[in-house]
Amino acid sequence: MAKEKEQKQPMAPFGQWAPAVALGWLVPGGGHFLLKRHGRGALLAGAITSMFVCGLMMQGAMFQPQTGDLLTTVINTGGFLGDVCAGVLYLLSVWFGYDVQDMPGHVHDYGTKFLVAAGLLNLLAMVDAYEIASGRKD
Amino acid sequence: MPKMNLSHFEAAFLFSLFTSVVLGVVTKRTDRDRLHYGAYTFVCFLIALFGLGWLMYFGHG
Repeated sequence: MAKEKEQKQPMAPFGQWAPAVALGWLVPGGGHFLLKRHGRGALLAGAITSMFVCGLMMQGAMFQPQTGDLLTTVINTGGFLGDVCAGVLYLLSVWFGYDVQDMPGHVHDYGTKFLVAAGLLNLLAMVDAYEIASGRKD
Repeated sequence: MPKMNLSHFEAAFLFSLFTSVVLGVVTKRTDRDRLHYGAYTFVCFLIALFGLGWLMYFGHG
């Protein structure tokens, strides 16, 4: 019984889930709206956007991919990917010239984490949109 | 862009709130479970926040 549950389900066709995941990346909660889960989409959009905006208002820094020693690479490249996962929020902030360098102070430090965490939460929302679109979840 | 100047507690509180909402929404399968899980994670965040805060306070002596 347990083995049956552990069996991997076949991946749904690309066209079935790609629009929801892509829109979910671009607009937080957008994938859920596309899939007619308006309540959940609104909650996700509100929480992720609020977190990102709080990060901007705290003057958090955006990560830039860097190479060097392992820790530098992991932190900066991982942080950059986290920032990019916020979709249009990240793109708009960069296009409008948001460029705050890392500086000391707990508020800025929290701001940097808020920006990355908003992207990572959007990644969770994209995974949820994928599961809904592929019929694994209601 | 207006600047926001928060204390450690306020920033961690906001972080907990937003994260709990998302975790609640994406994790469970019914609205009731989502609400419970969101509230549960939020309370866990707050317990960890106060617990670690007091731990650091006593650790400093």
